[in-house]
Amino acid sequence: MADSGTRVLSVGALTRVEGEGALRLRVSGDRVTEARLSIYEPPRFFEAFLRNRRHTEPPDLTSRVCGICPVAYQTSACHAIEDACGVAVGGQLAALRRLLYCGEWIESHSLHIHLLHAPDFLGVDSALEVSRRHRAAIERGLRLKQAGNSILEVLGGRSVHPVNVRVGGFHRVPSRAELRPLAERLTRAREDALAAVAWVAAFDFPEAECRADLFALAEPGTYAIERGVPTVLPYGDGERRRAFPLADFGTHVVEEQVPYSTALQARLDGGRHLTGALARYAVSGHLLPPAVREAARAAGLPDPASGEVCRNPFRSIVVRAVEVLYAVEEALRLIACYEPPPLAAQEVTPRAGTGHGATEAPRGLLYHRYSLDRDGLVTDACLVPPTSQNQGAVEEELRRLVQERLAHGDATDAELAGLCERAIRNHDPCISCSAHFLDLTVLRERPADRPAGCSGHVDGLGPGDAQRPDDESVERDQHD
Amino acid sequence: MTGSDRPRLGVFKFASCDGCQLTLLDCEEELLPLAAELEVAHFAEASSDIRPGPYQLALVEGSVSTPEHLERIRRIRAESRHLVTIGACATAGGIQALRNSADGDAFRATVYAEPEYIESLATSTPVSAHVPVDFELRGCPIDRGQLLEVITSFLAGRRPDIPDHSVCFACKRRGTTCLPVARGIPCLGPVTHAGCGALCPAYGRGCYGCFGPSASTNMPAMIPLLRSDGMSDGDIVRFLHTYNVEDFAALEPPGALEED
Repeated sequence: MADSGTRVLSVGALTRVEGEGALRLRVSGDRVTEARLSIYEPPRFFEAFLRNRRHTEPPDLTSRVCGICPVAYQTSACHAIEDACGVAVGGQLAALRRLLYCGEWIESHSLHIHLLHAPDFLGVDSALEVSRRHRAAIERGLRLKQAGNSILEVLGGRSVHPVNVRVGGFHRVPSRAELRPLAERLTRAREDALAAVAWVAAFDFPEAECRADLFALAEPGTYAIERGVPTVLPYGDGERRRAFPLADFGTHVVEEQVPYSTALQARLDGGRHLTGALARYAVSGHLLPPAVREAARAAGLPDPASGEVCRNPFRSIVVRAVEVLYAVEEALRLIACYEPPPLAAQEVTPRAGTGHGATEAPRGLLYHRYSLDRDGLVTDACLVPPTSQNQGAVEEELRRLVQERLAHGDATDAELAGLCERAIRNHDPCISCSAHFLDLTVLRERPADRPAGCSGHVDGLGPGDAQRPDDESVERDQHD
Repeated sequence: MTGSDRPRLGVFKFASCDGCQLTLLDCEEELLPLAAELEVAHFAEASSDIRPGPYQLALVEGSVSTPEHLERIRRIRAESRHLVTIGACATAGGIQALRNSADGDAFRATVYAEPEYIESLATSTPVSAHVPVDFELRGCPIDRGQLLEVITSFLAGRRPDIPDHSVCFACKRRGTTCLPVARGIPCLGPVTHAGCGALCPAYGRGCYGCFGPSASTNMPAMIPLLRSDGMSDGDIVRFLHTYNVEDFAALEPPGALEED
């Protein structure tokens, strides 16, 4: 650290996330006055070009928001369009949607656990390095990922941007015989999923607490995945859960633009909230089957039926591993109960109106809303992805983590960067969803040295600078 | 892995959904053996160990979409012996190229309350519009088998064996009944580049063109065929204008379609 004046320190780039962004910390003396997550993922204007498209198109078009969770986009879009047209898809078609979604959970979570997140707990840069010491674990993770992808491939045609999903159901439904090899593969994957839970449970978890409200879908009798009612577990008052109809989503979750990011930020009833694995486990964990709950308990997670809530984001890797185990079990159950429906899709006749759809993408709640005219053309579209919802909670968590670290004495920028990157990866951010790659900038200043126009330094940035301040591009240049 | 003489691979992202990079990670069985043959020098989505160029092979995902991209793609080109674009965004501008014919200010204002903060070029363009490209791999998303073929061919110093015929060839080989002929379902197979394995028709759905145009197309014949399968001109425009909008639009005879 410099002895005088304000210093701008750039430290590294956040990697192993899906997307591009930057982190800026303002440190004044030993106080962290500001933490800003700037997302400079280039804007792609989905909500604009969805207008004047036919009501059948949003599932395929919006799947291109994210190659990691296309099924989440397809399913939320289908539900919203069907809602607008007064259709509810049920029975085996709904079961097949849940089966497809299980495939995405297994694939996306296994990718995040083994290839993106585990290196943080083992102190290395990549899964390739992890594989030198833990080759069996990485191979197991890749097998799990492949098992998830095989569901997507059989049911959807391919794992990235599946082709078989349509408004009303599917283009073609599988026979029971087509699903049988999947069941055999998933039966083997169950052992891998149990072993993965035990593997991650043995990692060291730093103490941390997310103090935001937890927000997830809830569905009676089951662990909500592809549908449910928006449900809030407030911080500090976990007993007082509240829910609201999905149609009221827009009045509770309000997106606003911040000048330093191409992603919109969302607030829930005016406060910061967190969606994703921790929130889901807190809201629905008591509904997991006994064998999965036992595996979660053995892995050190609290029993959700006791009302105790896991708020340590570092432990989200354990929750994700438990969710993989659940998704494998659930996929097996769905396949066992499967009877091919008479029609591959329900008829969906367009009409003028507005519809809402929400599902639990692997990284959190994903909401879609569409308005249609009477010919079935989209007149308005709104997508609220999980990462833009989580951004406020993650910023506050970063500010507090760094503050607590600095209370124990000064830290190098490299140490702070490492801490922040880990804290961000805990939430499996999908920045390409929210509008990707993080650079960290630490602005250090002594309180007395703070120049009068300092806050304006950020606020006054031009558009390009707002997304990637000059001092960071120098840093990025070295990396790119 | 430092100090090795293995070929150095770089994977770079521009405006995209990450799905084509993910396809590399989806090579579950080949991933660890591949990593033994290559030095993964730059792959931010998969590794924090980011090393500077030069690269033997650069795989570029995403379209050129911001002022910063213009400069970065030139630098990657300068540092790379072979540059291969992966996917519809890098090869054709991607779905975000739908903005190219739209009013950019109106587009920004639709998504962002304060559009003046958003820096974005008016157009989303393929990498080849800015720097020479050694090979373009098509698809939204790319096919895993084709990606492995591209990587191994460039490492072996030969051209990739990627046929540029239409989806119809693959569909016949797969033995799928022709959807437009048998069921009157509109299908872009006759004008779309093969590579997916003719997936959609096998699922009872007409091809929706996500690999972009094949090497030789007869669009003046295709359009009446789509009309005879019940599509309005507006629907045909929407059908063609998705993930490879600019490439298909360039093949449409001027004035042949009336947008609604």
